Amino acid sequence: MNEGPMREGPMSEGPMNPVLDIRGLRLHLPKTARPVLDGVDLTVAERETVALVGESGSGKTLTSRSVLRLLPPGATTEGVVDVQGESVLTMDPARLRRLRTHTAAMVFQDPRAAINPLRRIGDFLTESLRLNADLPAADADRRAGELLEAVGLSGRALRQYPGQLSGGMLQRVMIAAALMGDPVLILADEPTTALDVTTQAEVVALLGDLRERFGTGLLFVTHDLGLAAAISDRVYVMYAGRIAETGPAEALFNRPRHPYTAALLASTPRLDAPPGRLAAIDGRPPSLQEELTGCPFAPRCAFATQVCTEEMPPPLPVRGEPNRLVACHHSDRLADQLAGRTVHE
Amino acid sequence: MTTALLHRPGLARIRTSRSWLYLLCLGFVGVIVLVALLAPWLSPHDPNAVDLGNALAGPSGSHPLGVDGSGRDTLSRLMTGARTSLLGPLGVVVFSTVAGVAVGLAAGWRGGWLDSVLSRSTELVFAFPGLLLAILIVSIYGEGLFAPVVALGFAYLPYVSRLTRSLVLAERERPYIEAYRVQGHSALQICLRHVLPNIAPVVLAQSTINFGYALIDLAGLSFLGLGVPALTPDWGRMVFDGETAIQSGYPLSAILPCVAIVLTVVAFNVVGEHWADQVARRDR
Repeated sequence: MNEGPMREGPMSEGPMNPVLDIRGLRLHLPKTARPVLDGVDLTVAERETVALVGESGSGKTLTSRSVLRLLPPGATTEGVVDVQGESVLTMDPARLRRLRTHTAAMVFQDPRAAINPLRRIGDFLTESLRLNADLPAADADRRAGELLEAVGLSGRALRQYPGQLSGGMLQRVMIAAALMGDPVLILADEPTTALDVTTQAEVVALLGDLRERFGTGLLFVTHDLGLAAAISDRVYVMYAGRIAETGPAEALFNRPRHPYTAALLASTPRLDAPPGRLAAIDGRPPSLQEELTGCPFAPRCAFATQVCTEEMPPPLPVRGEPNRLVACHHSDRLADQLAGRTVHE
Repeated sequence: MTTALLHRPGLARIRTSRSWLYLLCLGFVGVIVLVALLAPWLSPHDPNAVDLGNALAGPSGSHPLGVDGSGRDTLSRLMTGARTSLLGPLGVVVFSTVAGVAVGLAAGWRGGWLDSVLSRSTELVFAFPGLLLAILIVSIYGEGLFAPVVALGFAYLPYVSRLTRSLVLAERERPYIEAYRVQGHSALQICLRHVLPNIAPVVLAQSTINFGYALIDLAGLSFLGLGVPALTPDWGRMVFDGETAIQSGYPLSAILPCVAIVLTVVAFNVVGEHWADQVARRDR
């Protein structure tokens, strides 16, 4: 096991053995006024499930894709993305392919689009190992069969075409494909968005099981807070290319310390809530054409003061909870207010 | 996706309601190919045996389709002529398909300057009519089958490469390409093992249609005396040879090769259209 460079500082209480370590990742795209990702710090340890939450355009998908160096054309990056201690952003193409084959895998949002419709499932699962790892076809087939069983499909699916399987089954195939190379890290980019609710629950449960069984780290990108709370050990909340808040899932959702997290939680539809309009966050996320001087959430924030528009809040440990970080000037005020409000309910 | 072939209003009726036409044409194509392959054994006479005493005779027991102005048996010449008349277009289609797919694949997959260079230079070929190009090359290299086939192959290349390029551009953006990429496949592997097979049916359907056009072009060249050498039986050449017969009032030996050309071209087009439609309708 490669020993990743250990980092001192506020996160030193975090995971000891990160399989994924992103530090200060900035990503520029051509024709934008500000970086799409602006100093993202994120770690995933062995066997850990980390959720990355945010609304559309917050940069969560780009963050997960940069782990495999799957960047849009013209993108320039700064910062470090280490997978098992190897720097992804600077490695040569051959190493990158080895990383993609063996070390880190990705599960896509829409399995029906992500699997070549004209090839059998068996082909799809085994091709990478047969071609890139020189595994004999018989061994690859055997492994594919085992993994299909592990994700709850019968080995018969090996000989079927994607069109013959349902969306949920295909997502299981996708997950099996991700496990083929025995990776230490799986990146799941909204893997349940294209599935119906019961299938979602099954896939999420499956991902949890597999993490136990195969010991992989899981970075789960989603906009579904409920799902993130259910599946993850730690959560990162992203807003406008920055990490707004991070911490253990339970603490973060029970006691949000960033106004954005609080607003997101308040706008989650609930079955037991009184009928009426859903709560929404006023305004919209800053456009990529705008330069940002202060906190990106300031224009939509109820707590914003002058300092918010002038000074970018650095990520700082939360008072009394050293394993949480929040990038907000007024997180203490929020804490006091929320404490007051919970009494009302 | 398969935008190039999705919308074909003109032939909609033929396609949907009358698949017997497709079967008929497929059968006809099959028969023509068989006859061409077996011509030396099937033809009742030597196609080049001259019998001037019997010139321009009408259909009879030993010459069911009559003889031409030199007394050669028309049926035998049609059968043997099928060989050169099909071999030529086959060469054109094979050349233009292989080269066109290579060019289109490179242009569409790599994009950027390579795309610009390849696309612009193949479009340059559009500026010359294919036949003119062929005539030019024949006038340099002399008559024979090879020169016009290569010339027409170049003339048809841009049609294939354009189609391939647009298909590759669409295919490249599909998420499964990315899924293969994150499995550690190289771009070349993905391109050759997945993109190429997935677009092949559309390209092949188009090439079948091209076959008909190439057949007409080559027959036209032969008619102008620029295609095959004088004695080789060839449908286009037969029309040319039959000119004098028409003037003498015996049009059969000129009309029959015309009919053969038209029927074969129509048959290939219907078959190609049908395949293209099947591909376009295919649930992808």
